[in-house]
Amino acid sequence: MSINRRQFLRRAGIVTALGLGGSFVINAAGSKLAEAAAESTYGTSTQGLAAKHWAMVVDMSKFKSKDDFKRVSQACDLIHNVPDIGNTKDEIKWIWEDDYEHTFSGGENEYLTESFKELPFVVMCNHCENPPCVKACPTGATFKRPDGIVDMDYHRCIGCRFCMGACPFSARSFNFRNPRPFIKENNPDYPTRTQGVVEKCIFCVERLAKGQKPACVEVSKGGLIFGDLDDPNSEVRKIISSKFTIRRKAELGTQPSVYYLVGGGEHA
Amino acid sequence: MLEKALTGSKKYWAWVFCLLAVIAVGVLAYLRQYSYGLGLTGMSRDVTWGLYIAQFTFLVGIAASAVMLVTPYYLHDFKKFGKMVILGEFLAIAAIIMCILFIFVDVGQPMRILNVLLYPQLHSVMFYDMCVLCGYLAINFIVGWTTIGAERKGTPSPKWVKPIIYLSIPWAFSIHTVTAFLYAGLPGRHFWLTAIMAARFLASAFAAGPSLLILLCLIVRKVSKFDPDPPGVGAIQSLVKIIRYAMIANVFFYICEVFTAFYSGLPEEMAPFKYAFVGLDGHASLVPFMWTATVLAFLGIALLIFPTRKNSVLLPIALISVFLANWIDKGIVLILAGFVPNSFGRVTEYFPSGNEIAIVLGVYAIGMLVLTIFYKVAISVREQNL
Ligand code: SF4
Ligand code: SF4
Repeated sequence: MSINRRQFLRRAGIVTALGLGGSFVINAAGSKLAEAAAESTYGTSTQGLAAKHWAMVVDMSKFKSKDDFKRVSQACDLIHNVPDIGNTKDEIKWIWEDDYEHTFSGGENEYLTESFKELPFVVMCNHCENPPCVKACPTGATFKRPDGIVDMDYHRCIGCRFCMGACPFSARSFNFRNPRPFIKENNPDYPTRTQGVVEKCIFCVERLAKGQKPACVEVSKGGLIFGDLDDPNSEVRKIISSKFTIRRKAELGTQPSVYYLVGGGEHA
Repeated sequence: MLEKALTGSKKYWAWVFCLLAVIAVGVLAYLRQYSYGLGLTGMSRDVTWGLYIAQFTFLVGIAASAVMLVTPYYLHDFKKFGKMVILGEFLAIAAIIMCILFIFVDVGQPMRILNVLLYPQLHSVMFYDMCVLCGYLAINFIVGWTTIGAERKGTPSPKWVKPIIYLSIPWAFSIHTVTAFLYAGLPGRHFWLTAIMAARFLASAFAAGPSLLILLCLIVRKVSKFDPDPPGVGAIQSLVKIIRYAMIANVFFYICEVFTAFYSGLPEEMAPFKYAFVGLDGHASLVPFMWTATVLAFLGIALLIFPTRKNSVLLPIALISVFLANWIDKGIVLILAGFVPNSFGRVTEYFPSGNEIAIVLGVYAIGMLVLTIFYKVAISVREQNL
């Protein structure tokens, strides 16, 4: 019998509640169960895309103008019913642009040329290997899937926003108000959210399940490369092991799965 | 025993009705927030916690501070605190109730709040925080109610409460330590990522909580025949010594933080301090608060060190200074400066909205009402035994 994610979480919870406490035990027990879950749930789907560790490479050389960037974010917003609330206080962002200096804040370089300073940098949830948001979440509404994707269960989220304090990348948004009136075109294939819950980029898990690549990757004209980091033959792995890539705030130890290929040119 | 809260002077009832009025306004404000969402507050995508969580953090300290009476009295048989202990325990109950309410008004989906217990995540500090808070509430309730009940009958407290009283001592430390861990373990929040956070929390709590308690005792002494610190006992002066050292430790810990940030020169370490003390990128909303707190902290310490602490006019001033300094530090600045500048190094400021402030006042009024009722019961029992 296959075990789904909820069962998996519950069982992991029971295992730990039985007094095996301590996060190393949780991890050990969790990963065994996780493997079982991966085999039974994701392995049986013939059309779904499966991986051991999904990762994204952003080829900065392909993001030359604001348009290159807009295509990507619009595709995401449209398909996920991301509302356009129109003010920065309440805004919801899954994938958006920021400049180099702030994206990689902490290492300000005042001598950068203006054109480089204004270059749009694509930012999104990094699907960290050690996600502080998952650790912080008291309900399991934010959880890490066996394939490395940090996913959301909007129905379980209580809106405490502890995860937002914990995420060092400001990758999460909170529905400070009902988002539905602000959705331009409703996509019936993906649920809309309610007021009072957190959301963020989920690497298009719903599309992966159907055998499709993430929406942003599809429209990026090669600017975004998506694949299995654990597979030595995958494109992402080849780029990451042979080219110079950087990750945001690597020093914090969260191990982001989004890599930025800088000074790239032809990547693979 | 509750019936004792239902009889009282005109002034008592006037006070109760004032509180009820503030509570009513707060409830209406909450209903607005409930239907519209937290967008009605000043919080934003960058500053995701505001006054609510800041008040929660501050009040956990007030609750924990009861231990400063319980430990000397029960563990070291320090008789002087005999008459005050119960007031400390009741203050703890009121503070915890406010803490829980502040969390409740802060969540986006209050109907789902039990998810924390239905799907416990053993890696989340918030789960433990909820457990220790509820436990502490229960402990203080049981201890306070049984001791005052026994006193009313003129019998000694039953034996079975003793172990619970002893349990309350480590438990009090744990509630504030766990609350500090909510903040201290987050990578990327430099203002909070400090090992001394729990120590700072405890020091500030043991200064602010007892200060409030003494002020309350002075009021009790004024409005009733019951004197929590009869002439010659010196309970208040003993507590003053605790406050003094706790406040000095608190300021010392703070200086340690400032030193670490500025001597290391790490930009991200310094930024929140700069924001709080001198402003950043032209944003300076916390600056007046921070300097007020600094002045009050030193003023309070000075007044508590010198013989002025025995002066009946200067003592309340000193206590109010200490209390306010800690309230500003923990109830405003600590939380906000943790979010500013944001993780992109940009400054987004936070200003509470009117609706938000109405809710905060409403919760405080509920706390004061609870406190009034408990104190009324305690005082009536004591007056009857006079
Ligand atoms: S980027 Fe933030 S939200 Fe995404 S996994 Fe990492 S910590 Fe969580
Ligand atoms: S806001 Fe939701 S997802 Fe975030 S920590 Fe709270 S319950 Fe978890």
